[in-house]
Amino acid sequence: MPQLSQVAATYASQIFWLLVTFGLLYFVVGRGMVPKIVSTVDAREARVEGDLAAAEAARRTADSTEAAWRAEMDAARAEAGAETAKAKAQATASAEAQVKAADADLAERLGQHDLAIANAKGQALANLENVAAEAAQDIVARIAGLTVGIDQAATAVREVRAHG
Amino acid sequence: MAAAEGSKIDPMHQFLIEPVLGSHWVVGGYDLSFTNSALWMVLTLAALWLFMLGGMKRELVPGRWQAAVEGFTGFISGMLVSNIGPKGKRFVPYVFSLFMFILFANILGLLPFGIVPGVHPFTITSHLTVTGVLAIISFAIVLIVGFGRHGFHFFSLFVPHGTPPLMIPLIFVVELMSFLVRPFSLGLRLFVAMTAGHILLKVLAAFVVNGINLGGGYLALVSLPSLVLMVGITVLELLVAAIQAYVFALLTSVYLNDAVNLH
Repeated sequence: MPQLSQVAATYASQIFWLLVTFGLLYFVVGRGMVPKIVSTVDAREARVEGDLAAAEAARRTADSTEAAWRAEMDAARAEAGAETAKAKAQATASAEAQVKAADADLAERLGQHDLAIANAKGQALANLENVAAEAAQDIVARIAGLTVGIDQAATAVREVRAHG
Repeated sequence: MAAAEGSKIDPMHQFLIEPVLGSHWVVGGYDLSFTNSALWMVLTLAALWLFMLGGMKRELVPGRWQAAVEGFTGFISGMLVSNIGPKGKRFVPYVFSLFMFILFANILGLLPFGIVPGVHPFTITSHLTVTGVLAIISFAIVLIVGFGRHGFHFFSLFVPHGTPPLMIPLIFVVELMSFLVRPFSLGLRLFVAMTAGHILLKVLAAFVVNGINLGGGYLALVSLPSLVLMVGITVLELLVAAIQAYVFALLTSVYLNDAVNLH
């Protein structure tokens, strides 16, 4: 078995070259390259984690924005409803007031007209008495040949009318 | 004549260490020749360096190569974190170098470079000197970390919790022995697994070649079944190559856990 029978002759060369190659390997590859590769992997993992966190944060922001928008929309809708109701109430109130004013106006005008009619009626009645007194004076003058004063005739007419 | 040639196949010849180009460099009384073993160590280092270079693009979205390299680093750092905890990240460079060096050496030794004339594949991890040095490095790191972190309190590792006072001396000796055996078991396990697998493959290959040389019934009864068996065992050896590298790195991280966290 050369591994054992050659040991005495080759151990120095084997150990020397192993230390040279393994030392180079350790310092060039193990110390030089491996940490860089590991750091690349770590950086990638950190990046992926960061991106995921950023996406999560963005999602949360979107959610909160949507909630705020919804609340704002609800508030705006409620406000608009309140304003509509107010305007409606105002319109109703003003319409009522207008109707009331028109009613009052109409009632006043009716009263004036009633008064005018009553006046005209009174005047007409007065005129009628005058006409009746003149007619009675005329009749008395023609039939009895008497001259009766207008006041006397009027009194007589009034008496006759009062007795029916 | 062909049969005579076939009978010369020596399953141990693959483990022979020879200076490349036949020159010996003797420095200060030590023979530091650039042997075939050293050549394959350098090739392992070069292949691993090239592989890692593909992972250095450092893109945000990795390509296939980068993803493969990151898979290996992630595998090692995951193993260390699960065995030792977050403190284990410190040992990623060493355990990664160890795991990848053994893995690449195992697989390079198994690849069929032999079909290229003049190329003789060599499995450096089939040499006890190499696996022993790697095991001693691991063991030394465990000792340095253990005594560095805990001082003489590190010896409490050899007295498990709840040991009756009467038993402490005995348990201490037993635990100390099991602790001291670790580097040997670590180095021997890899060496034996690699050596046994390669000898088995070479013996079966010799059966195939000798059967072909004898021809006729030998070809049908020896060569063909041996070839089928070789295909299966080659696949198994690829698995063993990965598992032995994993076991070496895993045990190193388990021992490091003892050193970092005690029990």
